[in-house]
Amino acid sequence: MTRDYIRERQQRTGWLLVAPALVLLLLVYAFPILRAFWLSFFTENLSTNLEPVFSGLDNYAQLVQDGRFWQSMRNTAVFTVLTLIFELGLGLIIALSLDQAFRGRGLVRTVAILPWALPTALIALAWRWIFNTEFGVWNDILLRLQLIASPVNWLGDPFWAMVAVIAADVWKTTSFVAILLLAGLQSISQDLYEAHALDGASPWQSFRQITLPLIAPQIVIAMLFRFAQSFGIFDLIQVMTGGGPGGATEMVSIYIYAAVMRYLDFGYGAALVTVTFLVLVAIVGLTWLYLARLRAKTE
Amino acid sequence: MAKLELQNLTKAYSRDIVPVKKLNLAVEDNEFLTLVGPSGCGKSTILRLIAGLDQPTEGRVMIGDRDVSPLPPGDRNIAMVFQSYALYPHMTVRDNVASGLKMRHLPAGDIQKRVQEVSGVLGLDPLLDRKPAKLSGGQRQRVALARALVRNPDVFLLDEPLSNLDALLREQVRADLKQIFEDQKSPIVYVTHDQTEAMTLSTKVAVLSEGHLQQLGHPHDIYKTPANRFVASFIGSPQMNLFPLSRSGNDVALGDFRLPLPGGVQAASVILGIRPEHLRLPQEGDAHIVSGNVFLVENLGMHDLVSLKVQGDPSLTLRALISADASWSKENLKLALPPESIHWFDGETEQRLK
Repeated sequence: MTRDYIRERQQRTGWLLVAPALVLLLLVYAFPILRAFWLSFFTENLSTNLEPVFSGLDNYAQLVQDGRFWQSMRNTAVFTVLTLIFELGLGLIIALSLDQAFRGRGLVRTVAILPWALPTALIALAWRWIFNTEFGVWNDILLRLQLIASPVNWLGDPFWAMVAVIAADVWKTTSFVAILLLAGLQSISQDLYEAHALDGASPWQSFRQITLPLIAPQIVIAMLFRFAQSFGIFDLIQVMTGGGPGGATEMVSIYIYAAVMRYLDFGYGAALVTVTFLVLVAIVGLTWLYLARLRAKTE
Repeated sequence: MAKLELQNLTKAYSRDIVPVKKLNLAVEDNEFLTLVGPSGCGKSTILRLIAGLDQPTEGRVMIGDRDVSPLPPGDRNIAMVFQSYALYPHMTVRDNVASGLKMRHLPAGDIQKRVQEVSGVLGLDPLLDRKPAKLSGGQRQRVALARALVRNPDVFLLDEPLSNLDALLREQVRADLKQIFEDQKSPIVYVTHDQTEAMTLSTKVAVLSEGHLQQLGHPHDIYKTPANRFVASFIGSPQMNLFPLSRSGNDVALGDFRLPLPGGVQAASVILGIRPEHLRLPQEGDAHIVSGNVFLVENLGMHDLVSLKVQGDPSLTLRALISADASWSKENLKLALPPESIHWFDGETEQRLK
């Protein structure tokens, strides 16, 4: 075989073109991650006058014993799992509705994406007001419907505060999931449903045997996105509850923020970041493997 | 087995959009009916009405003595081959073929047996465990066919099943289709815009235009005695020569040439039709002869398709198929019109004159 000059030339050009982006990625992603990893083997806080002192695995030993860390991990897990379930469920229902032909569908589709397009901090502020004890519209509605006798301090109650932040997150990001799933639904040919109906399938059977398997890739991608974002949720919680009451809604990111910015414990904060990062990578990696296998199966 | 009957079938989307107008048709067992017509003639809509994918505005679909109009598609025991094949992309060929049987809860043993039979007939055995994406166009087409055959339905519907194949393959699959469906008892309704498919496959052809049935009959009859100008122009390739002419006495003038009208024709204006394959170089005893200068010769292999301008009226173009072996000159070529091959249509109604 002769040398493939065209291919060689294209590859050279290709590397040249991606080089700037690669350098940028290394600086912005790889460097901070490696720096945090390095820092996690040092103690650097007020007791060392913010000078790094090598302390081996001390930070990690402390982390294993740290009840507040595990509490925040639990909170994050609860928040992530519940928001994922609701967002996927509601998102699928909305996507199926938006996939039907009806007058004004284009407008509704555009409006549906709005909550996701608005800044999270603003949304969080709005929801904080909705759940406000004295002036909140939620209490007002329940009072008028006589479902409660007196105003409830929703965000002051550990259980209801968690429910409130989950509700706010679901409200904000379900539309994102819905639009993603809608793209999947639209790629399914109507012929398949008609052929299936002629085969004798009921609408429910068609949903399970045609719709779900064919939008599985979109479902997995939505889960992946939403998982990564929920796991690192910060702004919504910070504005709505600040992690309270009594740490009931404190997520890992909020705790890390407190460790570094409030307690100025940089070494320990770095250890927290490292562990959280590894957990996230592991879960995303596993999902990615599953996705790759799924793709191999459908091809 | 049962016959399929369409009674007064009408589909209207709005007052002006009426793709199917009061259609009455019957397809018996062992009959292969082809609906043929140009795009927008309503042929696919008819198929969807039979299948139950669209609701008729008026009229009924009968299978045997059963009015299936109110039934959902799955309860009509109809199998359909889609133009796109509509194979389930996430299922293997085996599961695609078995889908309809599984949905009807047949015992697994029976399903396997029937899938094996059909896949044997269609040569799908080596492909059974593949996904549709790994198949060629012709193979996908066979899977779609297998999915219909395995069902043993009361009626087969085929919606332009050959249109996604390349020309060579289409001819081969057309022959296969003819053989496969000759063994089937159930009525078959086949939709195509390709008149060759209609002629070669069917026992009965329905020519449609703008929602109306133009002619229904054996392919040979439709070719031989088209009921009106539309059918005459649509069926046959190359297209029939059609000339609207005004009469003078019992004659019509074709350029410089006069041709006698058949007896008993009352119409003030007529349309003369003659197929290119029926025009010939004059022999002894030919009475009706026209001539003109040839301006185009298309070589079709066995024949030359010759276009000439009729002498006396250059707006009249006559096309004729002449054997490639024959010798003739482009200047003032003479062609004979055998009287038995001339079709006469009324100039007003465009209907065939008896």
